[in-house]
Amino acid sequence: MTRLEKKERFTSGHRACGGCGLALGARLAMKAVDDNSIATCATGCLEVTSSPYPQSSWKIPWLHSLFENSAAVAGGVEAALRAKGKQDINVVAQGGDGGTVDIGMRSLSGMLERGHDVAYICYDNEAYMNTGIQRSGSTPMNASTTTSPAGEESFGNENRKKNALKIAAAHNIPYVASASVAYPDDLIEKVKKANEINGPTYVQIHTPCPTGWGHEGDITVKLARLAVETGLWVLYEREEGEIKDVKKIKDRKPVEEYLKPQKRFKHLFKKEGGEERIQEIQEIADSNAEKFHLDEE
Amino acid sequence: MSNQEEVMEGSHAVAHAIKGADPEVIAAYPITPQTHIVEKLSQFVADGELDSEYVKVESEFSAMSSCVGSSATGARTYTATSSQGLLLMNEVLYNASGLRLPIVMGVANRALGAPINIWNDHSDSIGVRDAGWIQLYAETNQEALDMSIQAYEIAENQDVMLPTMVCMDGYILTHTYEPVSIPEREEIQDFLSPYEPEHKLDPENPETFGTVGFPRDYTEFRYQQFDAMDNATDVIKQVFDEYSDKFGREQRGLIEEYRTEDADIVLISLGSIMGVVKETVDSLREEGKKIGAIKVRAFRPSPAQELIEAIKGSDVIAVLDKNVSIGKKGALFTELKDELYSSDVNPLAKNFIVGLGGRDVPEDSVKKIAKKAEKAKEHGRVKKEIEFIDLKEVYDND
Ligand SMILES: Cc1ncc(C[n+]2csc(CCOP(=O)(O)OP(=O)(O)O)c2C)c(N)n1
Ligand code: SF4
Ligand SMILES: [Mg+2]
Repeated sequence: MTRLEKKERFTSGHRACGGCGLALGARLAMKAVDDNSIATCATGCLEVTSSPYPQSSWKIPWLHSLFENSAAVAGGVEAALRAKGKQDINVVAQGGDGGTVDIGMRSLSGMLERGHDVAYICYDNEAYMNTGIQRSGSTPMNASTTTSPAGEESFGNENRKKNALKIAAAHNIPYVASASVAYPDDLIEKVKKANEINGPTYVQIHTPCPTGWGHEGDITVKLARLAVETGLWVLYEREEGEIKDVKKIKDRKPVEEYLKPQKRFKHLFKKEGGEERIQEIQEIADSNAEKFHLDEE
Repeated sequence: MSNQEEVMEGSHAVAHAIKGADPEVIAAYPITPQTHIVEKLSQFVADGELDSEYVKVESEFSAMSSCVGSSATGARTYTATSSQGLLLMNEVLYNASGLRLPIVMGVANRALGAPINIWNDHSDSIGVRDAGWIQLYAETNQEALDMSIQAYEIAENQDVMLPTMVCMDGYILTHTYEPVSIPEREEIQDFLSPYEPEHKLDPENPETFGTVGFPRDYTEFRYQQFDAMDNATDVIKQVFDEYSDKFGREQRGLIEEYRTEDADIVLISLGSIMGVVKETVDSLREEGKKIGAIKVRAFRPSPAQELIEAIKGSDVIAVLDKNVSIGKKGALFTELKDELYSSDVNPLAKNFIVGLGGRDVPEDSVKKIAKKAEKAKEHGRVKKEIEFIDLKEVYDND
C-alpha cells in the first residue's frame, strides 16, 4: 500500500458509530479530492453524523439540502461555477445508497444525462441506516432489515440488489467505477479519476455498516474485502462504456464466509431452507464471476 | 423615464425583466401557463442576448434543487413555475428559505388538480404560503415585469436574504398582450445592487451549509427567518419607492388603496382581478355608493397592518379570495380577520370565493358581491361569512 495523503478533509470528531465503513469511505474519498472542491451531501448517516450545528467535519465547502437532491444541487453548484468562470473548482456530490439508487434516482439521472462536470459518490451500506436499517433498492437478497425482516415466513429481502452502476453507465457518461473501503489505494485512485475527468462520473463505494449489518466494528474492512473475494461486490471501472480493470480474484471464497459474521444473514444459517437461500446468493456471486471473468487461473 | 412602450404578452414582459436582471443561472422546467417565460429566456440565451447558464432540468424538484446549489455558490438565480410544478418543489422551497437563499421565482398562478385544470386561481402559491418565501402579486403585466426586477433588490438585501415569488395570474396576465415599458438593461443593472452574499460555497473560505439543527438551536434559525420577513416589510416599501421614483411608476406600499377615502364598503383582493374590481367601484361610485377597493401587493410579509389602517372607518369589508382552504375559508380573509381581533378596527367582514380554476369574474359578479356587502351593512350583521360566487344554482342554497 502506498502512503496516504496526511491531510484530512473529512475530519475526526464526527459522530458515526465505531467501525463505520461509511465514515472511512468518506475520509478516503476526501483524500482523493483537493482543497479546491465543493461537496454536496444527501440526508443520511454521513450528513447527520458530520454536521451537528455548530460543528462540522468538513474542511471543504459543503452543502446539505435534502435526501433526494444531492445530484441536482451539485448540478446547480457546477452551473454557478461555470457562470463565474471558475471551472477549476471540482464539484463532488455524495449520497447514501437510498439517497442515490431509490429516492434520488430522478435527480441523479438528470444530472448525469445533462453532462454536468460533477463526480457523484454513492456510499453503499445497503440499507437506509440513518432511519434504522430499512431496506433500500440496494439491499442484497435475503438480508434481514427492519422492513424486510426474516421471520417464520420470510427470508428477509426478496429482491436482488439494484445495479446502479449499470444504470449510471446507461447515461453514456465517461466514467463509472465501483470501489471498496477494503482497497483504499484503488478507492482513492478512482475518486481522483472521477474528479479529473471532465463531465459526470459515478463511483459507488461498498461501505459495511456494523450497526445495520450486525457485525463487530473491528471487522469492517475484513468484511468489505470478503465481499470482493467472494465475487459479491465486483471492483471495476467502465471508461467510455468499456469495462476495464476488473479486480481478479484468486481462489474465490464461498459466500458463507462473507455472510456468516453478519447478523442480517443469521437466519440463513438457522432456518430450514436457509441453505437454498445461501445457494441463491452463491449463484449471484458465480454469475458475477462469469460476467466479469473474475477468477484468476 | 426614457423607456419605450412595447406590446407583448405578460410572460415575455417578465422574461425581458429577468434578462435585464441578468441572473447567472436559470434552472427551469416547463408547465402551462408559465412556459412562455422560460421559453423566451431560453431564446435570449440561444441568441446570445442573455449570458446565463441555463440548466434544463428533468423536473421542478430538480429545478429548485439546482437553484439552491447555484444560489449557495453566490450566483444570482432564477426559475419560474406554476401549479403542480410548484407543489413538486414544495420540499425544496422550505429548504431554500431555511438556507436563506435569495432565489427569485416567477409563479404563473394556476389551479391544482384534481380535477386537472390549467387555468388561473391562487391555490398554488397560497398553498405554499408558509414556506418562508416573500410573495408579491401583480395586477398587470407592467407590475409583473417591475416586480421581477424589484424582487432581486428585496430578496438579496442583507437584512432579508429570503427567496421571493413574483406571482402573476396564469393566462389572464401571462398570455395577454398589453403595452409595457421595459427599462434598459443598464438602468436595471444600475438599480440593482450586485449580489454579494456574506456566506457562500467558496474553497477560499470553506463553510458548512445545511447542518443538523438540534432543539437547542432550531427555534433560533426559525426566529431569524421570521425576523427577516419582518424586515422585508420596510425593505419592500423602500425598494418600491426607489423603483417608482427611478422609473416613473406609482407602485408604493404593500397595499394600494382605490377610492377608499370615505368608503363604507371596501372590496379587498390581490392580482389581476383588481382591474374589474376597480371598474366596479367606479360604476357604483357613479350611482352614489360609498365604495372603495384595496389591492394587496405583498401577501408575505403580511400586509395586515397596512390593511387595518386602510379600512379604518369602513362598515363592511368584502374579501375576494381566488383560493379556499377546504374546511376553512379563503386565505386573505382568514389572515386579515385574525389581525382585526386585536385591533380597534371592527368592520363586518365577508369572504367571497371567486374565480376558481379560471372561472371568469365579470363586473356583474363583483356588483353581486358589493350588494351582499351592502345588505350586511343594512342588517348590521353577517349571516353567512363565506360564499362561493356564481355557484351553479343547484348548489346555491341562498
Ligand atoms: C423525502 C424524505 N423521505 C424520507 C426521509 C427520511 N430519511 C432520512 S435519511 C433516510 C435513509 C438514508 O439512507 P441512505 O441514503 O442509504 O443513507 P445511509 O443513512 O444508509 O447512509 C431516510 C429514509 C427524508 N429525510 N426525506
Ligand atoms: S449506522 Fe452504520 S452507516 Fe450509520 S453511522 Fe453507524 S455504522 Fe455508520
Ligand atoms: Mg444506506
